[in-house]
Amino acid sequence: MYDSPALEAALDQKENKIAAKDVQVFYGDTHAIKDVSVDIPEKTVTAFIGPSGCGKSTFLRCLNRMNDTIDICRVKGDILLDGEDIYDKRVDPVQLRAKVGMVFQKPNPFPKSIYDNIAYGPRIHGLAKTKADLDEIVEKSLRRGAIWDEVKDRLHAPGTGLSGGQQQRLCIARAVATQPEVLLMDEPCSALDPIATAQVEELIDELRHKFAVVIVTHSMQQAARVSQKTAFFHLGNLVEFGDTGQIFTNPVDPRTESYITGRIG
Amino acid sequence: MTDISQTPSTPPKTSIHKTDARTKRRNAAERRFKAYGIAAITAGLLVLVVLVGTILNNGLGAFQQTFVSLNVELSEAKLDKKGNRNLEDVKKVSTFGYAPLLKTAFETKIEELGLETELKSKDMAAILSKSAAAELRDFVLDDVSRIGTTVEFTFLANSRVDGYLKGRVTRESIANDKKISAAQLDFVDQMVAAGVVEKRFNADFIFGADASDQRPEAAGIGVSMMGSFFMMLVVLALALPIGVAASIYLEEFAPKNWITDLIEVNISNLAAVPSIVFGILGLAVFINYMHLPQSAPLVGGLVLTLMTLPTIIISTRASLKAVPPSIRDAALGLGASKMQSVFHHVLPLAAPGILTGTIIGLAQALGETAPLLLIGMIGFIASNAPDSISAGLLSPNSAMPAQIYEWAKRAEPAFYERAWGGIIILLIFLVTMNTIAVILRRRFERRW
Amino acid sequence: MPVSWLVLLLIGLSVIGYILGRQRALASAGGDSRALHSLPNFYGMNVAMSALVPAALIFGVWMLVQPSLINGSVSGSIPASAITEGSSLDLVMSDVKRVAEGIDFAVTSGAMSAADAKSLDAATTDVRTVLAEVGVALGSDVRPEILQAAQDYRAMTATGTTGMTIIVLLAAVAGFAISYSKTNLHYRARNVVERGILALLIGAASLAILTTVGIVFSMLFETVNFFGLHDWKDFFFGTVWAPNFRGDSELAILPLLWGTLYISVVALLVAVPIGLFAAIYLSEYASKPVRGFAKPLLEILAGIPTIVYGLFALVTFGPFLLSMFGEGGSFGVNWMSDARSVATAGIVMGIMLIPFVSSLSDDIINAVPQAMRDGSYGLGATKSETIRQVVLPAALPGIVGAILLAASRAIGETMIVVLGAGAIARLAVNPLEALTTITTRIVSQLTGDGDFASPETLVAFALGLTLFVLTLGLNVLALYIVRKYREQYE
Repeated sequence: MYDSPALEAALDQKENKIAAKDVQVFYGDTHAIKDVSVDIPEKTVTAFIGPSGCGKSTFLRCLNRMNDTIDICRVKGDILLDGEDIYDKRVDPVQLRAKVGMVFQKPNPFPKSIYDNIAYGPRIHGLAKTKADLDEIVEKSLRRGAIWDEVKDRLHAPGTGLSGGQQQRLCIARAVATQPEVLLMDEPCSALDPIATAQVEELIDELRHKFAVVIVTHSMQQAARVSQKTAFFHLGNLVEFGDTGQIFTNPVDPRTESYITGRIG
Repeated sequence: MTDISQTPSTPPKTSIHKTDARTKRRNAAERRFKAYGIAAITAGLLVLVVLVGTILNNGLGAFQQTFVSLNVELSEAKLDKKGNRNLEDVKKVSTFGYAPLLKTAFETKIEELGLETELKSKDMAAILSKSAAAELRDFVLDDVSRIGTTVEFTFLANSRVDGYLKGRVTRESIANDKKISAAQLDFVDQMVAAGVVEKRFNADFIFGADASDQRPEAAGIGVSMMGSFFMMLVVLALALPIGVAASIYLEEFAPKNWITDLIEVNISNLAAVPSIVFGILGLAVFINYMHLPQSAPLVGGLVLTLMTLPTIIISTRASLKAVPPSIRDAALGLGASKMQSVFHHVLPLAAPGILTGTIIGLAQALGETAPLLLIGMIGFIASNAPDSISAGLLSPNSAMPAQIYEWAKRAEPAFYERAWGGIIILLIFLVTMNTIAVILRRRFERRW
Repeated sequence: MPVSWLVLLLIGLSVIGYILGRQRALASAGGDSRALHSLPNFYGMNVAMSALVPAALIFGVWMLVQPSLINGSVSGSIPASAITEGSSLDLVMSDVKRVAEGIDFAVTSGAMSAADAKSLDAATTDVRTVLAEVGVALGSDVRPEILQAAQDYRAMTATGTTGMTIIVLLAAVAGFAISYSKTNLHYRARNVVERGILALLIGAASLAILTTVGIVFSMLFETVNFFGLHDWKDFFFGTVWAPNFRGDSELAILPLLWGTLYISVVALLVAVPIGLFAAIYLSEYASKPVRGFAKPLLEILAGIPTIVYGLFALVTFGPFLLSMFGEGGSFGVNWMSDARSVATAGIVMGIMLIPFVSSLSDDIINAVPQAMRDGSYGLGATKSETIRQVVLPAALPGIVGAILLAASRAIGETMIVVLGAGAIARLAVNPLEALTTITTRIVSQLTGDGDFASPETLVAFALGLTLFVLTLGLNVLALYIVRKYREQYE
């Protein structure tokens, strides 16, 4: 998707949005993430790949402190967002998550209308002063979620009534509506059929122009299709991190090669 | 996706290390919300503490009773003028004839102790329970040769005196009380000092029978405990087998059709029907129609069985459902019939759960009052413990909660104390049963 | 023959049946149980069940049907002249039954010989005095027609019981004989026994329906009787509840319904916020140890019998309220004149319902999928925002169901209101005044000395039926909502 050399060159100039250094995650006694350091650049899609149970989702959930909701989970190391430590005592996870939005594996629209689903984030964060503002945000988010045309006539129908692919795009639009700076996506297409997957992938590519997107996927093809950077996780270690093209065509680590060629996973 | 290229209004860059005003407000709301939760839990627990405190504070007194020790001379001149110890002649002396003996006993006691009092002997004898004379008479009629001897008795004190020793009755509170005077209380003080009047553990409260509303000091809960026991026997004998049979059918055999649906809806509804409605059913069907004896624990047991069945069925079905299908398949695979697989394998595995549910159902039935009121388990005094199983089932009796209600209704502080004391005993039973249920559940809990 | 002997005989017969059936089966196979179609026990059980079950069924049905048949026949034979002014057939019948039972009692207690009892003559003997001697008190002298009817009643009951004994025994012996004769090694005893057991299981399950039918009919009949004696329009639309024994009672349900609903609303106002917040805190905030400690403690409140709450309301809480709001109370307002009031009963009932609301809501809140919460946290919502705007709306139908169930509990609750609410039927608004409820009136009308054919007693059945319909409606609605809700997340 970035076959123009100019764009590829531009990639390198992008500054880092998130910088993680020596991150360790423990679930009770289990050492789930070991010494992971990774830099996530601005306005880029970064893919985390690896066999299931390798820790890629766990690591993703560290980036907006979703792991806080799990009692037994402890995180060590530094994760910096725009140079600020997100595990600093002064950080309110609520404020952090407004900046680092998240889309989940299974579409999880709230049992409310489509409009209210989108308006939920802006309302709690106070992004709209008037009803007109809110309407505008909702429309803009739905357009950005590439679902406006499908739902514009039934904004007040329940969000749970949409198809799986539509629901997931609704959830993406919902995440976009809070005007985040980073968008985390945890296997966003794993519950979708191929057509819906294609639509969501297209959407992700569009979102890259505005956000830093991090996507966890178990599908290497998907990583190759949508991402510019790829990180390969294995057994809690970050094995290799680099430009997607390089990872898929010329991996440095033998484990990456085995995974990509289908020998482990 | 036309508008993606146009620049959206980006919010100004903010540091996540600074909490903005809005987040502060939101966090305050969060803390408030959490505080409501804590307040609710605290309120609930506080009420529990108050309730338990009230029960103990008011009820523990019932386990102690004030007694008066007296040496009574069973004078021949009063009891057997002919002096021939003929039972028939002695019987002619009514309870009233024994009252003078008590007066004399008090006079002797005072002399013995060298006490000074302005009270007449009649007023002194009035600190005893009204049953004292009858107790004397029974003692004499038991063996007429006792006439002429002097015997040491321990009589129940009157409930006012008992209340005085327990702090319930004070000189202020009896200002308008005809039953006792301040002078009598002074006398009681003297007797307490002399060790004649004292508070002791009162086993009769636990094992004895109810008494008339004139003698709260003599009332006990023992007989109604027997009534409760026989009712529970009926409930256990009927509700357990019927409940298990119904659950087995519904869970293992019932086809999915409207009849089964109807039964299921029925059962969940019956579980929520007010208990008093079961009382009406019992009154109309068992007593008015089938002419079973009123106030009999059998009828109480039948009513409570109908009431408890839904509870037992619901918990039994849950424990049957928890047995994995693989067990059934294994038995069927060996050529067992469906019936054999259920009775040989599923039922034994579900037994602890069924037992737990049954105990909880029984505990519920044990504390139930309303239906018992309608089938007449209140308003009379069952004075003797039943002497056989059929008497236990068929002769009129009360039950613990009904007895407590009866005492509460008599609206007299001494009976309130009885009622609270009865509640302590009832709760001891309930706590024991529930503890057994919890232990059973913990012990046999199986994770498949 | 006394009924208990009959029962023992039946049981004995089935035990013998078991032993003989088993032996015969084994004998037919030459002692080799492997040659039998079924295990030997099944043959025994087959004979035992054939002897016991049909006979027991006949026995049970007979016991149920006989009283109403005899009742119908005897009351049909009572001449219209025997029904005096101001009385009714039902009243006369209850006299008849009482006399009959009295005579029976006199015979069993030995005060009268069976022959004497048969030849009793109202003209020569004062039956009332005779019965009073054995401890059976009658309300009035026994008139000849009544005595005649009572004698008929006794005769029919005796004949019926004898007939029943014979037929039940015949059925038992026949069942025994048939199944015994069929017993041989090819007989498929297991299948027969299992079919029999299945039938018993079905019977047990249908008892639930039978109970409901019993409830409805027992109240329906008496309610119809009541409406025969009392105008239904007064019952449903009148505004005064004033039973008396002069025959012109005003028996309107409205004041009772008002008291019931008022107290229930007060109870729910206490129970729903506390219970709901307790459930929210326990399921969303509390750490494991806190939950493990507080949840069972709260549930203790649900296990305490209602009589305890009733006494608490009457002796502790009511007087406490009175000392606050009564004459010369802490607030000096004199709004309350009696310890028993709407607030007394309502608040105590609310306490009782706290664990009911909280444990139901807890289940329901836990059924909301975690994904829903994650979605909200992922957008930067706080916990309380998530709960209020996502979890609670999602759980709303379930919670509504739980509240409806709690309401049905409150409406049907008896002991707390009997002891704590008072007995004054009126349409008062002050929550510190006493009101009365449907359940308290049922208790007082049915535990008084009123006779069973008077409208003052029968009204209890009409009240009971109304209560049943009311709670049934709430339950069905609540169960439907909760079930729909569960399905949504399964």
